[in-house]
Amino acid sequence: MRDSLLRLLAIAGKEFRQLRRDRLTFAMIVGIPLLQILLFGYAINLDVRHLHAGIADLSGTQLSRTLIAEAQASQVVDVVAQVHSAAALEQLLRDGKISVGIYIPPDFERRALSGERPAAQLMVDGSDPTLLGVAQGLMNMPLTSRDRLPQQKPSLFEVRNYYNPERRSAVDIVPALIGVILTLTMVLFTAIAIVRERERGNLELLITTPVSTIEIMIGKIIPYVIIGLVQVTLVLLVGAWLFHVPMRGELVELYFAALLFIAACLGLGLLISTFAQTQFQAMQLTVFTFLPSILLSGFMFPFDGMPLVAQWFGELLPLTYFVRLVRGIVLRGATLSGMMEDIYPLIAFFLITMILAIHKFHKRLD
Amino acid sequence: MPDNDAIHAEHLTRRFGELVAVDDVSLNVPRGQIYGFLGPNGSGKSTTIRMLCGLLRPSAGRATVLGREVPRDSESLRHKIGYMTQQFSLYQDLSVRENLEFMARIFTLPHAQRVKRVREVLIRYDLDECSEQRVATMSGGQKQRLSLAAATLHDPELLFLDEPTSGVDPQTRRDFWDSLFEIAATGATILVSTHYMDEAERCHRLAIVDHGRLVAEGTPKQLIHDINALVLEVEIADPQAAIRYLRGETFVKSVAQLGAHLHVLVSKDTHEPENLVRHVLDEAQMAATVRVIPANLEDVFVTATGFRQREPGHA
Repeated sequence: MRDSLLRLLAIAGKEFRQLRRDRLTFAMIVGIPLLQILLFGYAINLDVRHLHAGIADLSGTQLSRTLIAEAQASQVVDVVAQVHSAAALEQLLRDGKISVGIYIPPDFERRALSGERPAAQLMVDGSDPTLLGVAQGLMNMPLTSRDRLPQQKPSLFEVRNYYNPERRSAVDIVPALIGVILTLTMVLFTAIAIVRERERGNLELLITTPVSTIEIMIGKIIPYVIIGLVQVTLVLLVGAWLFHVPMRGELVELYFAALLFIAACLGLGLLISTFAQTQFQAMQLTVFTFLPSILLSGFMFPFDGMPLVAQWFGELLPLTYFVRLVRGIVLRGATLSGMMEDIYPLIAFFLITMILAIHKFHKRLD
Repeated sequence: MPDNDAIHAEHLTRRFGELVAVDDVSLNVPRGQIYGFLGPNGSGKSTTIRMLCGLLRPSAGRATVLGREVPRDSESLRHKIGYMTQQFSLYQDLSVRENLEFMARIFTLPHAQRVKRVREVLIRYDLDECSEQRVATMSGGQKQRLSLAAATLHDPELLFLDEPTSGVDPQTRRDFWDSLFEIAATGATILVSTHYMDEAERCHRLAIVDHGRLVAEGTPKQLIHDINALVLEVEIADPQAAIRYLRGETFVKSVAQLGAHLHVLVSKDTHEPENLVRHVLDEAQMAATVRVIPANLEDVFVTATGFRQREPGHA
């Protein structure tokens, strides 16, 4: 037992030393989280703004000009073209010059005042699904000169936005990004760390020594657990600093959830390493698991909105549970004890992958 | 008897799909000796060593190493054997000392002994000058000494060396073999594979393997004595033309040019082989001096491997 621990520490110590000398990996440990948080935090913006719009104002009245001015003021659209027919708008839409066309018919004012038929038409480029949501937003746009219009019906629901009242995408994305970053780096690093030893022949020597499979595996993943926790800290700090992401739950609980998730990722990485013969294959297999994780975990698209089959696949991925956990803890101030149903699958995933990996990794070459 | 032998193998066979890499090899390696495995590349030397280390399972046959069944009991052998792989397999991005410290920890040597052993091997293998150097920047000979140092840190009873000297210069090879004899003198057994004749000649015992089969076994002296061929030396003005004539004769098993001479192997039962060779060359109007000379290990090798080896090997 004592010998086993000593050998495990020898492997972990050696791995640390090699990592410190591997500048590229070291750069990736810090570089990948920073790059991703900047990319996702700034570029992925689900509150759509500044869409190119074309306007055909055939009415040319005071009211129609007010409508156009207010649409511009909402910052949702930028008017880039003024045309004089619906056909011209359609042409612009088809050519991709505009995403939204606002057609104001000659009898706009009369229609608006009578309130029987829609007063104007909004043409939306439906080939981009997010744009349809914008149309919804513009439809509900209030006109300042409301007094001239008939009284609008009150909405059936009043929406209260909990946890992210300003509807900033970064607040939703950055916490879950911790999971995405860990999925990529943890799986990749462990898979490569083992395959590299096999490729370079180190493993052939190691397996003729008293070191056991479990000692090799645990020893090799210890450094990556620590690296994973460093990455979590990095994303949290940058998230709070650049995107003002709140921290409503307990930090300790977040780290505990992260630790479980890191373990699950490392298990997957080890399992991949037992299949891959070369570092290149390890990379391919990692990407193969990474894409479904991003798409099906609820990180990108609302989990409940996915088709059932996609949800089943999603339930197999550790990221799905971690996205729920991290959003719960960071944004809603949830506690782990309230989210046990997302904890157990992570533990199960870790155990299953570890058992499979150890079972498949023989201390032999055949 | 198996207990007196360091290695005892019976009908060891290993197939990779269709390919039979090791074919029915039986051998005994006595303790305290340097036992050579001589054979061309791809003859199954590495595969045999890997089976004996417990790295590969035999497809058929069985082997005991230091009295223990492999691969079943190979875990219990880990502290008693040392293995030097064909390709350098220590860590290129660590220094010499870090590699040795790591291996010593893997063998769980106690702290005091670890310090002592690392210092000892650094000095014995002439590595103390470059102990802080990264392995990636070292020469082939230095890496090879480091591998041997790492394989002997834990004082193994049995050392497996898989072509330890391929690609290093002759002086380095000689020094390396001096080290092997020092190790053997402490009572350790060494199984070493090689394709160099001069190295094979220095072994206590030797097994010649070819296409996975063990084709000859014994001490180098015995093998030379028992050679199943006669060796002739032919001195001739145009050796290249003579080769063409001689290779056409059925009693000639092998012809090789060594400088200005021809080295001719003929069947052992050939009557008056000198006259026969002289006669063949006379008919081709070539004047030759022919005489019988003592066989060397290379002749044994060529004879044992079925005369396929025509080119002079490494000697």
